[in-house]
Amino acid sequence: MSDVVEKTLTALPSLLSLDSQPGSAKLSSTSKLGALIRGITELTSKHEEEKLIQRELASLKDQVSSPNTSMRQMKEAMVRAIYCEMLGYEASFSYIHAIKLAQQGSILDKRVGYLAVTLFLNENHEFVLTCYDYKHIIPIIIYCVYDTCNTPLVEEKLNHPKEIIRRKAVLALYKFYLIAPNQVQHIHNRFRKALCDKDPGVMFASLHIYLQMIKGYKDLTASFVTILKQVVSGKLPMDFNYHSVPAPWLQIQLLRILSILGKNDQSTSEIMYDVLDESLKRAEINHNITYAILYECVKCIYTIYPKTDLLEKAAKCIGNFVLSSKINLKYLGLKALTYVVQQDPKLALQHQMTIIECLDHPDVIIKRETLELLFRITNAQNITVIVEKMLEFLHQSKDDHTTIDLVGKVAEIAEKYPLQTMNTVFSLGGDMIQPDIPNSFLKLLSEGFESEEENKKLRLFAVDSYILLLEGETRNLPQRFLQVISWVLGEYSHLRNDLDPARVMTLLTKLLEMRQTSSETKTWVLMAMTKLCSGEASVSIARSVCEDLSSSMDTVQRQRAHELLLLSQDRALRSQLLPLCSDPEPLEVDSSLSFLDAFVSEALAAGAAPYKPPHQRQEELAQQKALSLEPYELSLPINMSSSCVTGRQSPTLMSVSSGLSGDSAELSHKGGSTTLKLEGVKRVWGREGYLSKKEPVEEVAQAEIPSPLSSPNQHTGASGTSSNTHPPIPTPEPEQEKQQLASSLFVGLGSQSSLCLVRADIYALHVAVFQYSLSVIRPVVHFEVMGMLSYQSSHKSHEVEFTYKLPLTNFIRPFTVSTEQYGAMWLAFSNDTKQNLNLVTDGQDSLTDTLNVLKGKLNLHIVEIIGMEGIVACRLAQDQPCLLHCHIHAGTLAVWLRSPVPDLPDSLLYHCQRALEGT
Amino acid sequence: MMRFLLLFSRQGKLRLQKWYTPLSEREKKKIIRDMTTMVLARQPRTCNFLHWKDLKIIYKRYASLYFCLGVESEENELLGLEVIHRYVELLDKYFGNVCELDIIFNFEKAYFILDEFLMSGEIQETSKQTINRCIENSDMLQELSY
Repeated sequence: MSDVVEKTLTALPSLLSLDSQPGSAKLSSTSKLGALIRGITELTSKHEEEKLIQRELASLKDQVSSPNTSMRQMKEAMVRAIYCEMLGYEASFSYIHAIKLAQQGSILDKRVGYLAVTLFLNENHEFVLTCYDYKHIIPIIIYCVYDTCNTPLVEEKLNHPKEIIRRKAVLALYKFYLIAPNQVQHIHNRFRKALCDKDPGVMFASLHIYLQMIKGYKDLTASFVTILKQVVSGKLPMDFNYHSVPAPWLQIQLLRILSILGKNDQSTSEIMYDVLDESLKRAEINHNITYAILYECVKCIYTIYPKTDLLEKAAKCIGNFVLSSKINLKYLGLKALTYVVQQDPKLALQHQMTIIECLDHPDVIIKRETLELLFRITNAQNITVIVEKMLEFLHQSKDDHTTIDLVGKVAEIAEKYPLQTMNTVFSLGGDMIQPDIPNSFLKLLSEGFESEEENKKLRLFAVDSYILLLEGETRNLPQRFLQVISWVLGEYSHLRNDLDPARVMTLLTKLLEMRQTSSETKTWVLMAMTKLCSGEASVSIARSVCEDLSSSMDTVQRQRAHELLLLSQDRALRSQLLPLCSDPEPLEVDSSLSFLDAFVSEALAAGAAPYKPPHQRQEELAQQKALSLEPYELSLPINMSSSCVTGRQSPTLMSVSSGLSGDSAELSHKGGSTTLKLEGVKRVWGREGYLSKKEPVEEVAQAEIPSPLSSPNQHTGASGTSSNTHPPIPTPEPEQEKQQLASSLFVGLGSQSSLCLVRADIYALHVAVFQYSLSVIRPVVHFEVMGMLSYQSSHKSHEVEFTYKLPLTNFIRPFTVSTEQYGAMWLAFSNDTKQNLNLVTDGQDSLTDTLNVLKGKLNLHIVEIIGMEGIVACRLAQDQPCLLHCHIHAGTLAVWLRSPVPDLPDSLLYHCQRALEGT
Repeated sequence: MMRFLLLFSRQGKLRLQKWYTPLSEREKKKIIRDMTTMVLARQPRTCNFLHWKDLKIIYKRYASLYFCLGVESEENELLGLEVIHRYVELLDKYFGNVCELDIIFNFEKAYFILDEFLMSGEIQETSKQTINRCIENSDMLQELSY
């Protein structure tokens, strides 16, 4: 304990001269607090500390409850009580005295009393609740606890001549607004008065309230813009400067208000363009606080109705953040990118290498922020890489909150490859995942896509992979995943004709026997078995399962087992109740239960009591009772803090058993066991992905509508791997791997390659031939040729769009060079890429064979083959060459491609790979 | 909006705590424990920000003391750092070359300064001069009354 002091001493030698300093002159070594602190620092064990504090608390208790204690002593005692509480010891006996002190003492005593009360109590504290009856205490409690008193009193203070009082009054009202917005509704005009206060501090305080309820105050936009203009140009008193930046907190508050006002509102946004431009320009000083303002400015510019040149400036600003060597700025840059990338995915391209670096950053926080960014740029092409990165992070993450958040995100983007990804997600995320994720997944499987073919493939794949999983070790699979597996097997195993249901039944029985399986999962398994049991073998398995479970303690399980037994024996009933999933129409659920009407009227006629809903029964029961045994409700509202997040979710919402267990067996089957009750479930998965979020892919597609009138010879070759504005600089070799990762991550973000070729008007019986030559400017793997055909038929005009995909190979020609020429060129070319490819054959001439395949398929020229090495050359249709150096290494073909054209090696490599895979 | 400010030493000893939303003692203890372990475990040359549940944690070390600020997730992290910095400047101006011991022995003063600077989880006054004047005025009162 004493080393605390020692370290402080060594860290700050100035401490020795403490007594001569103005502030610390009051560091009284003789005071009781001083003695207490000193006493504690001399102790060596926690136990001793506890003893000392208990003694201290006992003496404090005597002191505060003695009538002879003066206010000054009381104040001193209160400070010690605060100290003990800070060390983690309760001093609840002093609470009431703290309130008294705040109420009765002189101004200074009040202040300490007030401090003590704010530290000891809050509005949820039970002490406040027990004080409820002491009417005289209430105002003071409210005063201390809410940082405010009753509104009329505060309202009065709004007119106080001193600006500091007015400012505090406004902030108090703000707090009050947060707690009970309705209570301050009648004084909105007061806020406006505060906004126009001659003291800028009061005006600043009122902005907190306006930020909360700004939506209704569009008319104030011009005023806010004027205020910001004045602030930015330094019209405020020097007092408001912070490190020579004029009133940064005020600026940021105003920027936030403006971004809310300008969102989706062009005319309002137009008012603020000038001042935003000005703010960007003014924030030049290289200090954290200017970066804070810039960040807020950029966010505002991207939130309001867009203006091109502002967006450009903002993008440049983000660049400064991302490229900064200061890690805090980099973090904020990533955050800003994440924010803007939805509107402008190309921005991520500009910074791709930085993003890749951040992905491997030693600081987890930076890594996490990068994943957040990647999550926003997910598209069909890069999804697997991104999901992989996210799962990698998940493996290392130990924090529950992060896991829940990340698993949710993975699930959101996983629909493109539903099964592979979801399986990994389920087994990794385990029972941590939100219950609606498996729900949505099952919904996706059951509703499926438009094409029946694809549906069947997906379902078959699911069945196959789950059978495989169950045959392996099942003990570590999370319950949620087991439930999904059971459902899928029950529903879809019949699709696989060669699969014996008995085999599936046996696998499922294994799950039932496992000790780890929860009773909820068991219900799922039993349900699946009921759907499956056809054929002799299955029925006998079912029988033995039912025998085991007929004595189960769990009513629901017993019920399910009973159903299984009955249905396994009555095939006709079973197929009626649980039809195979072939019909795509969702089952109609008769929620009014009208089919029971006959039964009910019969029962009523026989003298049964009419049905009463539960609430009515309860009411009647309560009336009958003389004594109410239920606890009274709390008379003060208790609101749970929003920061308290429960780590784990309660059991699934999807439980088939829970909703049905009370009903009769027959009813439950009609109700919804073949398909889950899906009506109430929000549709979150669809053909295009997770529906509630707009996928970045879609946006790209919308943004890049090709203009049909562009000239036929216009050649745009866009690539996914680099942006058009920033051609990649030749990179040294260690960067290679990162480049590759980048190309897989950022693929599909650039503009689509679109060649618009033809606009032809074809008249009846005429044939028009259009011929165009194409040349490549920037190579990509595939080019898309788009065209539009418009023609007239009987006074109606028709338009037909067509697209045609041209692989890069169509533009490749053999390139005849000598070995010497090749050598000279090889050294001159700067863009390269390397990869190991599969060999076509294993034999002696595997190199020759493989190169011949490449030659045949890709139109390459083999320059020379010497032993295990071969050199190959080709060129794009005009004159841009690409050289390949190949040699056999450890059973693979190591190829090294070089070219003067940036993306040619990568694109060509793709085709080489495809060419060799095809054989 | 700011949710809490904690000051603790390198050994994880709490020196000052201020909460701007009502929390139970148990929740407070958990936050204090989590903050000290998370912040003290940070490696050098990492950023000054952390995530904790739905909050952002902004921390900075001054000599032997860590300042740890919990803010809502939409807040600006750099601005949070400057809030901490301004508070340190205010303490420094009042105590003159402030050190951990000043805050231990005069923690009520540190609270008073904080209360003039922040209110209801928002910035109330940013001027060093004004805040200092307020504190000095009340110190004067104290000397007069004794």
